[in-house]
Parts: sequence; structure tokens; C-alpha cells
Amino acid sequence: MSEIPAELRYAASHEWAKVEDGVATVGISDHAQDAMGDLVYVELPEVGQVVAAGDETGVVESVKAASDIYSPVSGEIVEINEALEDEPELVNNVPYEGGWLFKVQLTDEGELDNLLTADQYQAQIDSE
Amino acid sequence: MVLFMAHRTALYDAHLAAGGKMVDFGGWDMPINYGSQIEEHHAVRQNAGVFDVSHMTVVDIAGAGARDYLRQLLANDVDRIDPGRALYTGMLNDNGGVIDDLIVYKQDNGYRLVVNCATRETDLDWMEKQAGGFAVDIHERPELAMLAIQGPKARETLAELLSGARAEAVSSLKIFAFAQDGDWMIARTGYTGEDGVEIMLPNADAVTLWGQLLAAGVAPIGLGARDTLRLEAGLNLYGNDMDNTITPWEANMGWTVMLNDREFIGRQPLLNQQENGHAEQVGLILEGKGVLRAHQKVLMPNGEEGEITSGTFSPTLGKSIALARLPAGATGKVDVEIRNKRQAAQVVKPPFVRNGEVVYKEL
Repeated sequence: MSEIPAELRYAASHEWAKVEDGVATVGISDHAQDAMGDLVYVELPEVGQVVAAGDETGVVESVKAASDIYSPVSGEIVEINEALEDEPELVNNVPYEGGWLFKVQLTDEGELDNLLTADQYQAQIDSE
Repeated sequence: MVLFMAHRTALYDAHLAAGGKMVDFGGWDMPINYGSQIEEHHAVRQNAGVFDVSHMTVVDIAGAGARDYLRQLLANDVDRIDPGRALYTGMLNDNGGVIDDLIVYKQDNGYRLVVNCATRETDLDWMEKQAGGFAVDIHERPELAMLAIQGPKARETLAELLSGARAEAVSSLKIFAFAQDGDWMIARTGYTGEDGVEIMLPNADAVTLWGQLLAAGVAPIGLGARDTLRLEAGLNLYGNDMDNTITPWEANMGWTVMLNDREFIGRQPLLNQQENGHAEQVGLILEGKGVLRAHQKVLMPNGEEGEITSGTFSPTLGKSIALARLPAGATGKVDVEIRNKRQAAQVVKPPFVRNGEVVYKEL
């Protein structure tokens, strides 16, 4: 069973978002990293890039496959996790902590309501 | 109502018990990994690992006409080896395209072929079709399991678990030699670029041996690491690196084609292509970050194009590597199109890794 922290919000495409002071930290779920297998490369957006919810903002590549990352929220990219350049395996090992991907300064916190709760995300995984 | 039931090997329960993540592979439920594919890869390069390859198809060829039949059926010549030896070869169609790649084991009274599971039906149909006029009996052996034990410590560890003729065989077999003892066939072959053996044996024995190997510290290895290991070793994967539209010349399998005075299926097209020229398979190493994948386009400095046939991240090199089919004579640097961006790669002569050492040569 994969870990799905109750305090986070989730996109159907398996990203998570955690909001603090109007900034969303974004990563991929434990379920997603487990399905991908060992990650070997992460391509992140540029700081300053403005994105809309659902925009492609990066790629995670495992030994076996590449998978696009979509921003779950709209706003400006204010920080990226540079540690992933040398240690992409952080996404496998600590997907909800050191394995975060990027941070977005939100333009509309109301968008969070469009994301799934932990229970809803669990239900989606169960139905896959 | 069961519409489709995947095949399971005798080790299915053992895979689950070892934490195997099961996936469909050519109609078989097989482990892709048991946790970390990269750790499994390193285990085989540095120590020892065991693979369940029971999904592969084992076919025995018997009868007075077996030798003549195989000399016509296969591009390599079984006359090149003595009994107790194995030979890697392509089985070609009338155009010289590779129907499958396989290993043929020459026994005292017949031959054993190990072919790919995904091509099983095509292979068997073709073999039956070509058998007309030969006194041969083609007999599949689905009751046999197959384990590959690979890595620098593989033979040493395995030999300690066995006794008598089997232990002796594991310790002393030469490369591409095999021995039979009862229902077991032990061959010093593999698909990893490391030392090791492959064993065909009854299902019940395979379950026992698997348990003994794991208890002795041999790591279970899934299909994921099997792919990165074979790619580092520069070994082809059927369906990726070659298929029935690709000849051995185009897939770095020229060394498996024995052009002598015998006729074999596909010979004339191969001779024609040899005269007219053809694309070649080379290795690529990505200079920057990212991962090369099958079907990415390769752009040569002179404007010609080629294609990656297999690509992955090489755990041993820490970089992405690939096999690619390029116009003849490719050397130096090329560009690969990865998600609409061009990235530089070096053309090399595979293998990339053999016996734990990085061995590729830049072209």
C-alpha cells in the first residue's frame, strides 16, 4: 500500500500539492513513484515561468519509462528542487519531503478545490 | 468468466513471496523488479543474481534429419560446434529478416533450441513449415523451468549448493558449453555480460533451487534489470533491435551468419545486401542528462538519419546508453531528438560493459 498523506491535495495525474502562505509545493505521489520504478532523471520548469493548472511542467524518467509532470495549480514557478539533478532517487525515497519537484506562487487558491482529497485519490488508485 | 489468463511459471508464488512486482510479459505474469531495478542490476554486476526465465520456449529437435534440417533453418551452422556446445544464431525468413534469435545446444542425439516467448507461435509454425522433407521430430518442452544464475560470484555460490556431476559442471564448464545430468541441463550461457549459467530443469527442482539460491544471498532479479544488463552488454532484444524486416547485417549479428557452401534460408538476400550496402547497428552514449529511448530519431552531421532501437539508463556508467541503427560508417558525435530537443551523443562500438568493466570503444 502506498502512502497518501491526508493533509495534501492530489491531481488525477498523480501530482500532489501542499499549500503554505500562498505557495504550493508540488511533487508526485508515492503511488506514482512506485509505479515508475527507479528514477534516473528529472526535468524541471524554469523559475519565473508562469503556468496554468494542467500545463506540462517537467518530466520524470525512470529506467523503464518517461512520464510528463503537470502543474496541479496555476501561478508562477518560484523555486525548483535543484537537489534532484544529482539525486533523482529522492523522489523514490522521500516523495512527500526531499523529493518535491517545484513550488508555485498561486494565483487562485480556490483552484485547490478542484484537486482530489486523499480519500478521493485513494479511490482513484483503487479503481485503476 | 475468465477471458484471458496469463501464464504463470512454477516460481510465481516465489516471486510474490520475494516482493516481485508482477507485469504481463508476452502473456506471462513475470516480475519486473523486487523493489529496486538498479540495485538488482548492481547485484548481478558485483555479486550474483537469479532470474526466472521459464517463460522462454524450449524446443527439442530429434530425428535422423535434424542436422540437415537445422543447417538449412539457421543462419549459423551447427556443424561449427561439437556435442556439448551451444551456438547463438538467427532464424531468418526468405528475405533474410530475423524471425527470431535463439541458442541451439548440440546434444549427443539431437538438438535443443531456446527461443523467445513472444515469438513462440511464429517460430513453431515456421519450424514446422520448413520441416517438410526432413526426418525430424519437433517437440516443445513446456514442462521445463529455466533459471539464469549470473554474476561474478554466481558459479561459485551455485556450485556449493549442488553436488556430484552438477556441481562439477557449474565449476568447470567452458563458455558456451553445457552438460546434462538426469533432467537437468546446465549451460554456461547468459544474457547479462557477466559470468554465469543457465539451467533447464523440472519445475519442482526449480522451486527448490530458487529457495536455496536466495538463502545463499543470491538476489532475485526482475525483467527490468535483465533489460539494462543485456543492453550494457550490447546484446540484442528481439522485437526492439531486430525483427523480421531486419537482417543480421543490420543488427550487429554478422558474426552469427556462417556463409559456407551450404544453402540456408535467407542466404541469397544476405549476399545481395552484403554487396549493395546496408545500415549498421552501433552504440550511443548520451553526453548530457536525460534518457535515450527506442524510436528516438538520430541525426548525423551529414544530414542522414537513423533510429534508436533500445535505450535506457546505464546503472554502471551512470549515463544513458542505446543501441541505434544508423547509415553505414557512423562515427563521432550525432544528435538525438529527445522530446523535440536535440542532444549530443557519442557513437561507440558495443558492448558497453562486460564482466563488470566498462569496455566500449568510441567510433
